[in-house]
Amino acid sequence: MNKPIRRVAIACLLLFAALLVNANVVQFADAKNLRDKPGNTRTLYAQYDRQRGDIVTAAGDAIASSTPTTDTLKYLRTYSNGPVYAPVTGFYSIVYGATDIESAENAILAGTDDRLFVRQLTNLITGRTPQGGSVVLTIDPALQTAAYQALAGRKGAVVAVDPSTGAILALVTSPSYDPNVLSSHDDKSITANWKQLNADPNNPMLDRALSETYPPGSTFKLVTAAAALSSGGYTPQSSIPAPNVLPYPNSTKSLPNYAGEKCGDGKTTTLIDALTISCNTAFGALGETLGQDALRKQAEAFGFNSTFSVPMKSASSVFPTGLDDAQTIQSAIGQYNVRTTPLQMAMVAATIANGGTLMKPYLVKQLVGPDLAVIDTTKPTVIRQAISAEVAAELTTMMESVIDKGTGTTAQIPGVKVAGKTGTAENAPGKPPHAWFVSFAPAASPKIAVAVVVENGGGVNDATGAKVAAPIAKAVMSAALKESQ
Amino acid sequence: MSSATATGLAHAAKAIKPRRPRTRRGVELAMLVFAVLIALAAYADVGLARTHKVPPDMLTYGLGLGALVIVAHVAVRRFASYADPLLLPCAALLNGVGLVLIHRLDLVAPKAENSDATLQLAWTAIGVVGFIVVLIVVRDHRRLQRYTYTSMLLGVLLLAIPSILPARFSEVNGARNWIRFAGFSIQPGEFAKILLVVFVAGFLVAKRDALALASHRFLGLDLPRGRDLGPIIVAWLVSVGLLVRGRDLGMSMLFFGIFIVMLYIATERLSWLLIGLLLFVGGTFVAYHLFAHVRERFEIWLHPFRYAKTTGYQLVQGLYGFSSGGLMGTGLGKGRPDLVPFAKSDFIVSTIGEELGLTGLMAILLVYVVMVTRGLRASLSVRDSFGKLLAAGLAVSLAVQVFVVVGGVMRLIPLTGITTPFLSYGGSSLVSNWALIALLLRISDSARRPAPPPTPRPDDAATQVVRL
Repeated sequence: MNKPIRRVAIACLLLFAALLVNANVVQFADAKNLRDKPGNTRTLYAQYDRQRGDIVTAAGDAIASSTPTTDTLKYLRTYSNGPVYAPVTGFYSIVYGATDIESAENAILAGTDDRLFVRQLTNLITGRTPQGGSVVLTIDPALQTAAYQALAGRKGAVVAVDPSTGAILALVTSPSYDPNVLSSHDDKSITANWKQLNADPNNPMLDRALSETYPPGSTFKLVTAAAALSSGGYTPQSSIPAPNVLPYPNSTKSLPNYAGEKCGDGKTTTLIDALTISCNTAFGALGETLGQDALRKQAEAFGFNSTFSVPMKSASSVFPTGLDDAQTIQSAIGQYNVRTTPLQMAMVAATIANGGTLMKPYLVKQLVGPDLAVIDTTKPTVIRQAISAEVAAELTTMMESVIDKGTGTTAQIPGVKVAGKTGTAENAPGKPPHAWFVSFAPAASPKIAVAVVVENGGGVNDATGAKVAAPIAKAVMSAALKESQ
Repeated sequence: MSSATATGLAHAAKAIKPRRPRTRRGVELAMLVFAVLIALAAYADVGLARTHKVPPDMLTYGLGLGALVIVAHVAVRRFASYADPLLLPCAALLNGVGLVLIHRLDLVAPKAENSDATLQLAWTAIGVVGFIVVLIVVRDHRRLQRYTYTSMLLGVLLLAIPSILPARFSEVNGARNWIRFAGFSIQPGEFAKILLVVFVAGFLVAKRDALALASHRFLGLDLPRGRDLGPIIVAWLVSVGLLVRGRDLGMSMLFFGIFIVMLYIATERLSWLLIGLLLFVGGTFVAYHLFAHVRERFEIWLHPFRYAKTTGYQLVQGLYGFSSGGLMGTGLGKGRPDLVPFAKSDFIVSTIGEELGLTGLMAILLVYVVMVTRGLRASLSVRDSFGKLLAAGLAVSLAVQVFVVVGGVMRLIPLTGITTPFLSYGGSSLVSNWALIALLLRISDSARRPAPPPTPRPDDAATQVVRL
């Protein structure tokens, strides 16, 4: 009987060999994959054992911090003014993981970043509990609060950037949510709150500033004007056709002006006047003359058809391809299938304000170690020269005219030259248009560029960018200028 | 062997004056002390990690466990002095580590009175008593052969009781494989396992010639006669019955596996192995199509993350535990093994994987390898067929059980509810495994024990003359 017993012994060893190999697969080869599974709350639990770093505004206020608790998770994440900063901080949940800065800068906040290695090694030796580092944002609390209050719960978004650096000064979405309700230690209430937030028809967890795209409407005329000026064939004073209605080629339909208004004498106007009063037919005809390729090239120079990482990835703004003439006309005035994020329109304004240079937008100013030593400071980066300095100057003059005597007078600030452009974007039949406003100030040496969108004009039927969005932009710009004085 | 050469050998042996084989009891004692020290160090480690203090009850715990293994050791010295020196220390180490792990899991969800670790320590004491009783009562393992059919009856009865009892006396977590009364719960399958190994060994010793020799030759294989297929069919039916009535996939696989392996050892015929395999595959196939709970097990096995929040929760949480342990583990008391449901019983290896890491898990698996190989060693060296079959059956049952539970928890094979020998929380499993080790010790003792000195024969003188 010994021969089969020896064989059985070998078979038993093979069984154990299979177990050992499998253990190596699960615990070593495949371990990272398992640890990174979205439903794996263990990684999160491990992170609750050490104090997570703060998320701090540019003014130094902690808007997300971890406080010690007595329950099994040693630290509780809390957010001050949660709804105001929610699109920036995101949440940090035992059930749903982390989002936004909490997710994007997790390595620093959790203290696992390699740049913290030496400090954590010292902690290990000295027996001190390792701590996370903090993230200092570019967000200016005064502007963020002003923008959030100005939106007053209406569906919409505000993005403000420093044109010369690309630093995002305000990033607001409305209506918002309180990340505290998702970051507690009570998974039942977290789940209930999550369900409630997701069931809300107003979609409070949607980051409208970065992740939602809207038809830009007349604010897109800045891009069309930039394409015209950059082509070399136009100056602000160039005379361009401006009929009362612009018939679409090969169609019985035609493009009217807003509320059937006349532009100039009803035949021609200048480029600057067309922008000042936001003449649809003039820009439609201009777009048709320039052609879809010139428009798309200019739009892409500003950042359309690509994404920004701030470090959260924005949705891509779209200037479509394969347009016929009628669609090109509509696209030139920011309709048809042209779509943009509020961030993208803020970057268009910022580029014009910055002498034509598109800066990379960013939210994180500094990373600071637990010992308060600065680990990293973000250096402003140039993405590209989207338009020449001359074209930028010409556009600035045209945008000042919009505020001085055109559609944007509601954004005037006493004693300051403001440059801006309104937009009233039709989106769905029977629904009020989206109200847009993009601007920067002071026009001569810009400190701030803003984009505002209010969905469906906040529900007002005769809403326009001037009536609904411009006052919000004005509030944000005023707050910024008050600070810089 | 002719009687002339036999006596010749006996004389040669006498002439060389053979060394008595060493009992190796000293090795056993040293290894036992080592095993208890490891368990104590682990216990201290848990306390240091959780409360930054050496646990105050460490002395009680150490003395308790120490006293139990010493008593077991003394019993081995007294009743099985030539027994294998490694089996008992391995069992003590696993039992001790299991106690620490259960204690560690207790700390997360404390109970008002009698923590699970205390209960497990009490069960360990009962297990050790059972171990000693087996050593005393079974002075010669061959005597068990007399109880071949009694064992079968008792074993089948034990297995059948939960299926006959109303569900409220027998069902725990969806499987009807318990006997519950007056606050006690017994998993009869654990005891039936040993009884059935005894039965199969006795039965095969009696019938092996018929099973091994009478055959048709077909396609190069010696196929058994139709009527000899009876026993294997019965074993198969018992397994299927377990699966269907008791929903006990694990025990079902275990029984059938043990039976087939023992049949193969007894007959030395590969054809039995193949028939068994075919029956197993066929049975699995039919069960898969007939029973939703079997299908569900397979489905979870194949796509655990699809069911991560529902039926696959336990498996997925276990896998997360293993992955978070990595190579070296989080350290005892520093992980979150409590996130895995039934971490104390079926999923105790996930606690090992998480807190002791791949290193600790492999070490524990190797302890099982040592136990299984020592058991098979006893099987190889014992002289009687019954002892060989019994030892091999017990050792293989240990190997298959570890494979089924660890493989299931680590997603090598579909998950089945079955305990990890010596580690898992649970009295039935602990007591039956201590009895199993006692039987292996008994067989290894008789394998290594020197033959009694030959009695002088009347024709001694004559033989001597021949030698001259």
